[in-house]
Amino acid sequence: MAEISSTSAVPAPEENVRSALNLRWQPGFNQIAWMCIFFLYAPIAVLIAFSFNDNRSVVVWTDFSFRWYEAAFDNRGIRNATLVSMQVAVVATFFSTIFATMAALATTRTEQYRGQVLAYAIINQPLMIPEIVTAVATLSFFSLIKQVTGLTGIGYLMLAHTVFCIPFAYMPIRARLEDMTLTLEQAATDLYAPPWQVFRRITLPLLVPGVVAGAMLAFVVSLDDVIITLLVAGPGETTLPVYILGQIRRGITPEINAVSTLLLGLSILFVTLFFLYGKRRK
Amino acid sequence: MDSAGLLDDADRRLADAQRLRARQTNRTRGLLLAPALVIIGVFGLFPLTITLIYSLLEPGAYGGVKWVLSGEAYVQFLFNRDIFDGTLRFSTSYLQIFGRSIGLAFVATIGALILGFPTAYFIATKPPAQRNLWLFIITLPFWTNLLIRTYAMLLIIRDEGLINLSLIGIGIVEKPISILYTDTAVFLGLIYSYLPFMVLPLYASLEKLDFRLVEAAYDLYATRWQVLRRIIIPIAKPGIVAGCILVFIPGLGAFITPELLGGGKKLMIGNLIYLQFGTLRNWPFGSAAALILLTVVMIALLIYIRNAGKAAPGHG
Repeated sequence: MAEISSTSAVPAPEENVRSALNLRWQPGFNQIAWMCIFFLYAPIAVLIAFSFNDNRSVVVWTDFSFRWYEAAFDNRGIRNATLVSMQVAVVATFFSTIFATMAALATTRTEQYRGQVLAYAIINQPLMIPEIVTAVATLSFFSLIKQVTGLTGIGYLMLAHTVFCIPFAYMPIRARLEDMTLTLEQAATDLYAPPWQVFRRITLPLLVPGVVAGAMLAFVVSLDDVIITLLVAGPGETTLPVYILGQIRRGITPEINAVSTLLLGLSILFVTLFFLYGKRRK
Repeated sequence: MDSAGLLDDADRRLADAQRLRARQTNRTRGLLLAPALVIIGVFGLFPLTITLIYSLLEPGAYGGVKWVLSGEAYVQFLFNRDIFDGTLRFSTSYLQIFGRSIGLAFVATIGALILGFPTAYFIATKPPAQRNLWLFIITLPFWTNLLIRTYAMLLIIRDEGLINLSLIGIGIVEKPISILYTDTAVFLGLIYSYLPFMVLPLYASLEKLDFRLVEAAYDLYATRWQVLRRIIIPIAKPGIVAGCILVFIPGLGAFITPELLGGGKKLMIGNLIYLQFGTLRNWPFGSAAALILLTVVMIALLIYIRNAGKAAPGHG
């Protein structure tokens, strides 16, 4: 903490000595780092604080209250959008996690094989292409399918989400697999366990933390998506973030602060669990 | 059968068994990879071909396309067609939007580097046991909703926002300074959105910094600045390139940030593309703009991959 307090214009002599002896110290770096953290969290903190403000204005603080949360819960639009968001996120998480787990099993702990790099590239493709490009390409493709088959429904949106959730689910599962040695599996095979049994009794139980982490990331990413959903979603398929965007365009209301805080809280909860889970593993 | 023949036979059987096993492994591998690859290939990659085709068609009256081949979308990008006599006049309005996007993404990248480098260094010089926690603190906002973070930024930089109220409160300014709906707002929003992308690769290269080199430099009477410039920055160079590209790419294709903070006046490529598929109903032009954006991004990615290949041979 001594380094932080050296922000004052004239550092105390002993602090000068301390920083002169510290190899790692660089002038101003600590201050900028703290500024960054402030910059990252201050807007979120203001949003959260004002969601509890008992006042229509989103400027002046009057009193603590839950009234905007109550208003948000009573709002039909918000309730419907939440329902759609949950449906899409659950379906997309389910399929993307299964597909990512299978792909991770095929791309780790093997000797290099032809096409492995290509497989990586394809799995990570949704991360590399700008979201707006993916969004309009998907919209064009889906509108073509709709024209030809006449099929409509929320399935399209779920499919689009599954595609971009796969690489996020894949990352932690692959990382987990790479940490696992093949020793236990080899021992089981030596004891005449058939491949399926080896997988079910050994690989899968060991892999569970990775799968849980992958599913959590996929869920958060699906829940947070705006651009692809905005373009692909049909009428009546408004998700919560798309609903929020529409409201913000119309003007700022404290109700939106409350919903945003809830959505923010959900993501933070999931990612924190993900972090703690990973920490306990080590 | 003599003994040599028996050995040959055994060899052949072993080879057969190995081949069978290899084929089984290949089949299992193929079956495991199939769902992910097929779904991403068909619904993630193939639609880009559709975009390419659409960019070469004529716009339909109510959105969508008319199946008539036309290069109009690309012509429109550079020229303005007179509605009366159909003559073409060179027009820079779309080029300006592209230019602004590239400029804003570039400036935001530099801003993120200036903020991100000391932050990554700060984390890398913490005791190893604490580093993961610090990384978590920096990356946590990234995992929260981008729209909501941008909205939170909007709340702060408005005329009646926290920044202006405190400036007026302290007495530095009398009237609120307008930040919202300017390029500055978009710039701040872009840094805010993508700062973690800068910090992570920088941290990855700074973490490996061997402080014995720094010590040696100080023993040879180097100043702090010389140590930074001649030792720390060269070692962090792969991280700097990676971080810059990782901020530049999403910054270039940003949609939400200019939409909310630029107020629809300060367009970037992302908004231009969105408008063509929304209210303006010119899908071919939107497709063409999307492909041009994709091309720029792919070039940046190639630089990134070549850089990563040089920095860590054997890893991608």
